[in-house]
Amino acid sequence: MARALINVPPRAKRGQVIEIKTLISHVMETGFRPSSIGVLLPRYIITEFVCTYDGQEIFRADLYPAISANPFITFHTVATQSGTLTFTWTGDNGFSVTEQAAITVE
Amino acid sequence: MKAKLAIDQSRRALIKGAGALVCGVLLTVRKSEATPASMQAAIRTVFGNAEIGKGKVTLDIPSLVENGNTVPMTVSVESPMTATDYVKSIHVFNEKNPQPNVIGIHLGPRAGKASVATRIRLADSQKVVAIAQMSDGSVWSGQVDVIVTLAACVEGL
Amino acid sequence: MRRAILDVGCVIVVIATAALAAAGEIPLTERRSGYDMMSRDTKAMQDDDTANPAMLWVFEGETLWNTKAANGKACADCHGDASTSMKGVAARYPAFDPSRGQAVDLEQRINICRSERQNATPLPFESRELLALTAFVARQSRGMSIEQNDPRMQPAIATGRALFEGRQGQLNLSCAQCHNDNWGKELAGSVIPQGHPTGYPIYRLEWQSLGSLQRRLRNCVFGLRAETYAFGAPDAVALEAFLMWRARGMPMDAPAVRP
Repeated sequence: MARALINVPPRAKRGQVIEIKTLISHVMETGFRPSSIGVLLPRYIITEFVCTYDGQEIFRADLYPAISANPFITFHTVATQSGTLTFTWTGDNGFSVTEQAAITVE
Repeated sequence: MKAKLAIDQSRRALIKGAGALVCGVLLTVRKSEATPASMQAAIRTVFGNAEIGKGKVTLDIPSLVENGNTVPMTVSVESPMTATDYVKSIHVFNEKNPQPNVIGIHLGPRAGKASVATRIRLADSQKVVAIAQMSDGSVWSGQVDVIVTLAACVEGL
Repeated sequence: MRRAILDVGCVIVVIATAALAAAGEIPLTERRSGYDMMSRDTKAMQDDDTANPAMLWVFEGETLWNTKAANGKACADCHGDASTSMKGVAARYPAFDPSRGQAVDLEQRINICRSERQNATPLPFESRELLALTAFVARQSRGMSIEQNDPRMQPAIATGRALFEGRQGQLNLSCAQCHNDNWGKELAGSVIPQGHPTGYPIYRLEWQSLGSLQRRLRNCVFGLRAETYAFGAPDAVALEAFLMWRARGMPMDAPAVRP
């Protein structure tokens, strides 16, 4: 199941600043919304997103209910070496998804 | 009729409260515009008593958005992003959602460029503020006013 | 609730100010997709596959396309590579199903395949799986012209036209009054589109999710304060068929993003 879509340039020059785009499937239920019978739907959101590059953290974000459903986050990093980017989203009710992408740096 | 009266009263109380807040904020916060208290409190929770300068931070949000459920937002900060001079964090706040926090972003020199995009929810037309902390500890801010229109055809529950 | 009241107010204002300007059908050359009326930012969200949230469903649909049912058959086992076999298919649905003697829409077609070829239970309307498969199939028609020229579809199209042009609901409004006569004007701050279903299933910002044309039509009908069609009801399919005929020749942009 395609839970997350990640866009990392497969190749980059050493020292080049690259853009990384991520999109993940999640309702981001705010906890402030009543259901059709008037009862508040419990909060169910992603609370943290972390990206590591060969194990070292390069980007982290704390998410709140104000982030739209199916969170889309784009950020940048310097292509330092060929390696693996690891993306982890964690949240309420034990939600946890990890994806990886490889990059070749010349 | 009774319900309407109750609404009017609470609205009046709200307006009074807001007026009081505006005055309070003007007195206590330098170099920042007056904003509702919950947003100010959230800002102070993150940045303590740090002086918040204006500038260096650009918030790019369409000034008129088609639907408050999904509002594209890009926040960028002027910084060389070198090992000794970089952006440490960017926090985005709003004044009219149920909660003032939108996103907290943690960066380092390896980001290369302090520019992050996401999509946010805005419950109403309001001010959105982004505040960045630099590696030297200085704190900078940028803000925008956004008009949110409502969808005409919504779902019945 | 307040929003609903506001809407009613706006509908009345729009209709009152334009009551004498009823223009009938939109000439073919003046037709415009909802895409053309969107903001630059919403267009950008649709145009970039790495930013379009509907692509989450498309990729899930691709996985389902290749997933074998209990009887060992996947969609791909009969239809092969969807990029060739499904090219243009969504652009000509709803289509006439000879064995049933009636029009079926793309969702129903997928479910017929599931029950008859895969011996699997039909997927519920608006379920994540059915939307995913529909989005994946519809994606293969992007850029292709909508076609609705099977003569056997004429009865469904005629029924759909009557539904589109007839007044209904507590507001006593027809679809045509907004989407033929007053498109381009504003309703509660939103531009009224012409109502061409070029991009379904769509990721609607209001829904924060993907949804079918039938779901969208239910929103419209609810707005008229009329009784909504049941999912899959012949009237709903007929209205879909008429709308596709009305949009004939326009390019598909599924899966689209709409406000």
